[in-house]
Amino acid sequence: MNDSLILILFIALGVIVLGGLAFVLLRGPRAPKGGYPQTRDADDVAAPPAEAPEAPAPSRPERPAPVAGRLVRLRARLSRSNSMLGKGLLALLSREKIDQDVWDEIEETLLMADLGAGPSQRLVESLQTRVRIEGTDDPAHVKQMLREELIRLVDPSMDRELALDGAGEDPGVVLVVGVNGVGKTTTVGKLARVMVAEEKSLILGAADTFRAAAADQLQTWGNRVGVRTVRSEQEGADPASVAYEAAETARREGADTVMIDTAGRLQNKAGLMDQLGKVKRVTEKVAPVTEVLLVIDATTGQNGMVQAKVFAEVVNITGIVLTKLDGTAKGGIVVAIQDELGVPVKLVGLGEGPDDLAPFDPEGFVDALLD
Amino acid sequence: MFNSLSDRLASTFKNLRGKGRLSEADVDATVREIRRALLDADVAVPVVREFAAAIKERALGSEVSEALNPAQQVVKIVNEELQGILGGETRRIQMAKTGPTIIMLAGLQGAGKTTLAGKLGSWLAGQGHKPLLVASDLQRPNAVNQLQVVGQRAGVPVYAPHPGTTSEFDDPTGDPVQVARDGVATARAKLHDVVIVDTAGRLGVDQELMKQARDIRDAIAPQEVLFVIDAMIGQDAVNTALAFQDGVDFTGVVLSKLDGDARGGAALSVASVTGKPIMFASTGEGVKDFEQFHPDRMAKRILDMGDVLTLIEQAEASWDKAEADRMAQKFADQEDFTFEDFLAQMQQIRKMGSMKKLLAMMPNAAQMRQQLENFDDREIDRVEAIVRSMTPHERVAPKIINGSRRARIARGSGATVSEVNQLMERFGQAQKMMKRMAQGKGMPNMPGMGGGMPGMGGMPGAGHGGKKKAAKGKGKKVRSGNPAKREAQLKGGGQKVAQQGSSFGQQGSTFDQDAMNLPKGFEKFLGDK
Repeated sequence: MNDSLILILFIALGVIVLGGLAFVLLRGPRAPKGGYPQTRDADDVAAPPAEAPEAPAPSRPERPAPVAGRLVRLRARLSRSNSMLGKGLLALLSREKIDQDVWDEIEETLLMADLGAGPSQRLVESLQTRVRIEGTDDPAHVKQMLREELIRLVDPSMDRELALDGAGEDPGVVLVVGVNGVGKTTTVGKLARVMVAEEKSLILGAADTFRAAAADQLQTWGNRVGVRTVRSEQEGADPASVAYEAAETARREGADTVMIDTAGRLQNKAGLMDQLGKVKRVTEKVAPVTEVLLVIDATTGQNGMVQAKVFAEVVNITGIVLTKLDGTAKGGIVVAIQDELGVPVKLVGLGEGPDDLAPFDPEGFVDALLD
Repeated sequence: MFNSLSDRLASTFKNLRGKGRLSEADVDATVREIRRALLDADVAVPVVREFAAAIKERALGSEVSEALNPAQQVVKIVNEELQGILGGETRRIQMAKTGPTIIMLAGLQGAGKTTLAGKLGSWLAGQGHKPLLVASDLQRPNAVNQLQVVGQRAGVPVYAPHPGTTSEFDDPTGDPVQVARDGVATARAKLHDVVIVDTAGRLGVDQELMKQARDIRDAIAPQEVLFVIDAMIGQDAVNTALAFQDGVDFTGVVLSKLDGDARGGAALSVASVTGKPIMFASTGEGVKDFEQFHPDRMAKRILDMGDVLTLIEQAEASWDKAEADRMAQKFADQEDFTFEDFLAQMQQIRKMGSMKKLLAMMPNAAQMRQQLENFDDREIDRVEAIVRSMTPHERVAPKIINGSRRARIARGSGATVSEVNQLMERFGQAQKMMKRMAQGKGMPNMPGMGGGMPGMGGMPGAGHGGKKKAAKGKGKKVRSGNPAKREAQLKGGGQKVAQQGSSFGQQGSTFDQDAMNLPKGFEKFLGDK
């Protein structure tokens, strides 16, 4: 016993001493008084060029599928993936009498869609109030009310247009951010296809310099539709410099839009979030960022709210892309996010096919929930 | 928002002061708070329902109504129940009796299977096994590539006969079942004793891919099928887990991305719905960021309480036995703690992994989370540089370090004199602490914690003026104990105050109950050895 106790104390002590010290030293190296006279030291090596030669575009880029028919597929898919919610609610609401148990179960059904405790409760309460005021217990009517309340929560009046064009000569700058494994690069690729289908000129920036082969993946997407990808040859290059290069290239060539893919980062890693802030700041030296899209995985639970809040704080997100909606997950957290942060869901990803990205349609979304 | 369950409960109970016992209505309110906390932690609705009923039953019993502090008592019950569901024992990998042990990984896209394959390989290699990674994910672009990179980082060979797809537009051509089968055969031929088969991510509703997973499983007859699930997953955890249970009938669960700030209620859902144990947790991007899963710690996380045990365990795992004996001897002889010891200590600590994580595991660290996030492990190198700039004589006898020596040390290490001073000062405190502990005086109230931790928070560090104050205040509160904390919470009522008191207040009061300022894990060590 004594041995391990000493050992533990010893370690604890070491950790404390080191920790305390490290905090002192955390201030890091300081600049000499009066600052540096030049931006580079005398013995500095010349900065490597951030921009590498782009791969040649294929001679015959393919045409992505038109945007128009996508919503039909969205509905078909949504009604499949969300049928549980819809049916569950319908079964409940077609009962004879509406008592407390029914309300509890409605709330739980909403909770199951990852709507979150707060919004679910509010939704049920407003529904209760309306039922009381209107004095109805007709299930069809209640269903109609539920639909209205859900639509009100999702708020169709929000502006869900992507700001793809910059002011004047500036290209529109779209920054795509999110945590690991939600499908950012894929979203950028799919969105690029949509833009090409709408005949916009476009540049992609592969600012994910961390994950192995992420730039390759993006470039493959770009090449398929004849869009240039600005990337760095080195792995682990400064993502901000790649983003800057991409924006600069877009401006020089008069492209309509530049879309920048960033590396996945968990929102509680302060260092990585700072890096993301820098990417945005540096890019804005060329042209203001017109659209910051946060990609959220439909399976994400209440942590999605934390993600949205932190990313909103760091890069001021202007829209949400909800991916992987083709599974059983319902992605209800976006309703809560929209409710709390006022950031609209703009796009939904519906599968692994290259054209499985559709604009978010609130009424269609809710209809699909209840159909 | 209230952060931890204990805060929520404290706020529920604040109206109950003066009441002799809890009425059923009080318990109902409590259970509602628990339910809400669990839902916020993404525990699945059916599981919450069941759980809340169980808690209610126990909370109406005498153990709560007769307790001095009902809120604490309820938290304790919740904690116990959570642990019960998560599984009491830590489950280990079942090894095959003959031939290689086959482990298959399955899960949704983006859950982190490929990364985990590398981590698991590295972990098993560290335990003296000879693992082989098999790249059966021929679906996702570059998955085979990624596994090769990961395998290289982990120093584990990878069997990848098929290049897989390199972009979204290639149709997957190879047969993953065949690759898995060949992989196992290769492992047998080359005498690997563990085979880890990485499979493609798939959705629970995708019948075709699920069948493929089942085929792989049938072809290689794995000892373990691990279901990898993202800690951030929400209510869908239940559907997915059930789909995978039907599909591949997994034997264990791995939680990935636990280094995020998701509370990971999914762990509870999956364990409770499928009855399968959670075996591992993946906690970062490096190949070493991988641990065995501990139900008790996860329970605390779901409730948003702290974790000390892991720290102690990591210390034990990586500690050099000879070094420990030497220290113990030194300790017994009541010799002075010198810079030489400090260097050795530093090396040991470094072996334990990231300093940031260690610090985060210290009690009360939650207060400094922000500073911790900014903490760079290389800072330790700078401390080491300072010590290394001392002469051997100075290291053994720090007392001789005078002004000019300090200036020299600072120059030698690229630090400033004030940094050297700080180190000396801190070191002096540590020396005193060691001495006191050696004499057996320091133990009961652990001056290390009292002196060290507030100091840490109070450091000019990242320049968070407000933070500094909060951390200091907290140090004081540890001693002032429970009533003060509750008063503060009552008076404040506002969320800000409640939050500050939160994780700290919780810990403070636990300490009080233990009648000494030792973190929880310690008494376990006192007890069973």
